[in-house]
Amino acid sequence: MITIAGAGLAGLACAYELAQRGAVVTVYERSGAPGAGSVARFAGGMLAPWCERESAEEEVITLGSRSVGWWAKITPVHRHGTLVVAPARDRAELTRFARRTSGHRGVDGAEIVALEPALARRFAQGLFFEQEAHLDPRRALRDLTEKVQKLGVEIRFGTPAPARITLDCTGMAAPLPGLRPVRGEMAILHCPEVEICRTLRLLHPRMPLYLVPRGDGHFMIGGTMIESSSDRAITLRSLSELLSAAFALHPGFAEASVVETGAGLRPAFPDNLPRLVEQDGTLFLNGLYRHGFLLAPAMAQQAADHLLPETSDEDHRERQTA
Amino acid sequence: MRVYGTEITSRLLLGTAQYPSPAVLAEAVKSSGTEIITVSLRRETADGSGTAFWQELQKTGCRILPNTAGCHSAQEAVTTARMARELFDTPWIKLEVIGHSDTLQPDVFGLVEAARVLSGEGFQVFPYTTDDLVVGEKLLEAGCEVLMPWGAPIGSGQGLRNPDALRAMRAHFPGVQMIVDAGIGRPSDAAQAMELGMDAVLLNTAVAKAGDPAGMARAMALAVEAGRAGFAADPMERRDMAVPSTPVLGMAEFS
Repeated sequence: MITIAGAGLAGLACAYELAQRGAVVTVYERSGAPGAGSVARFAGGMLAPWCERESAEEEVITLGSRSVGWWAKITPVHRHGTLVVAPARDRAELTRFARRTSGHRGVDGAEIVALEPALARRFAQGLFFEQEAHLDPRRALRDLTEKVQKLGVEIRFGTPAPARITLDCTGMAAPLPGLRPVRGEMAILHCPEVEICRTLRLLHPRMPLYLVPRGDGHFMIGGTMIESSSDRAITLRSLSELLSAAFALHPGFAEASVVETGAGLRPAFPDNLPRLVEQDGTLFLNGLYRHGFLLAPAMAQQAADHLLPETSDEDHRERQTA
Repeated sequence: MRVYGTEITSRLLLGTAQYPSPAVLAEAVKSSGTEIITVSLRRETADGSGTAFWQELQKTGCRILPNTAGCHSAQEAVTTARMARELFDTPWIKLEVIGHSDTLQPDVFGLVEAARVLSGEGFQVFPYTTDDLVVGEKLLEAGCEVLMPWGAPIGSGQGLRNPDALRAMRAHFPGVQMIVDAGIGRPSDAAQAMELGMDAVLLNTAVAKAGDPAGMARAMALAVEAGRAGFAADPMERRDMAVPSTPVLGMAEFS
């Protein structure tokens, strides 16, 4: 039997991969409900490896490009792409972003309006990353929990993990050298007046913003990146910057209700890439940083390959179709 | 060069913000050959919660110059400097008092005030200032032994916007260590600052936001070295008239 500590994004994704391959899995989760203790609740839920390449290593693309297909089997995935825009004054930011990334095409004002009519006359230039997608993190965590339970995985909520476990997916709680917290802050707006259907990124030298539609007039905005271990509530500075950037994206957000704010600590290794680490007989999956939903599928597959070497992903697929 | 009694070899100082990852930062620090790195206390939280990141920085083996980036008043900067001394166990402080939110121009009045208070408390102050001579004098009176005039607004990468003012400043404060801080965008900017006789260059965004930060760090180090060597070699004067560099002697004569 395989035991997993932590029913956050990493733990659930691993449980899914392992159970799919026929393993008997038990997951221990300190908190009382699916995803309640997980920093992934505050995520944007963007499956956007090409955009992320702007500041991340090439691995985010090689590991992340198949995440859309993986998630689509579990939860609704909105495949509308990402639209990246910048105010006229910051056009240099757009040039730089285009140079550092791939998988996009330049769009002019008319094309921007065709994609997102709400942005009419607001931006003259942008980049469209057609292959990208987004999902709702909380819904995805719930759906993934249900899926793994259906596959026979037992999740013991409200139960700390025993001393010896197979796989540790406890994020910042894991005793791993080199792991550090990177604080992120976000807010959720309710603004039915503004209709936007895809992830938008507003480039700005000081306060870049991403906005992810959550449906029903809700939008998630984020996200700050602060080298800090403090999980206190969002600061006034961060909140005012996020809100100003949202207002710069569309003045209609002036009437939005700020229905929630949040702050969480992303676990990260020095290269900001996730790792599988073997330590004292336990395998650790950690360091998903700001790429949890994007990279958890590939990392969970790697963890399963490691723990069940005799049934690699390929073998399993063959057996399924046989 | 000597700053506050400490001998340093590299004339390039590096900021540590905005890198894609601590691993990339460490690589850039290494290839720059820098001995001094600056750390922002303000945004990275002054309550000690930035410890994990600072530990990464301390692994580089560089001397740490904490700064008061983002402080908008003398009082705020003084408080931040005191916290920095506790956290990093150093009397060094790069003093920033921001006066204008769009250009991040220093508030020179607040700067002088804070420099006086901190010098009185035994701090060794590295003041981020403009290229104004009078402000420079006031900072020296306040106890500073180093001046850090801007090349251009922070993070703008515009290079030296007013080289004449920097030249005048260099001439006016011959014995003072001067470090151009802010505005350097390309290696040629760094070389130009050093050719003016500046003692060192401090930069951050130009390296952190380059496509290959480690490559740019090395380019900056080479430029600083080239600029300094050029200054030390006493460059020729500019003149309007062309002077042939090939000797006329021995040319064929046509009669």
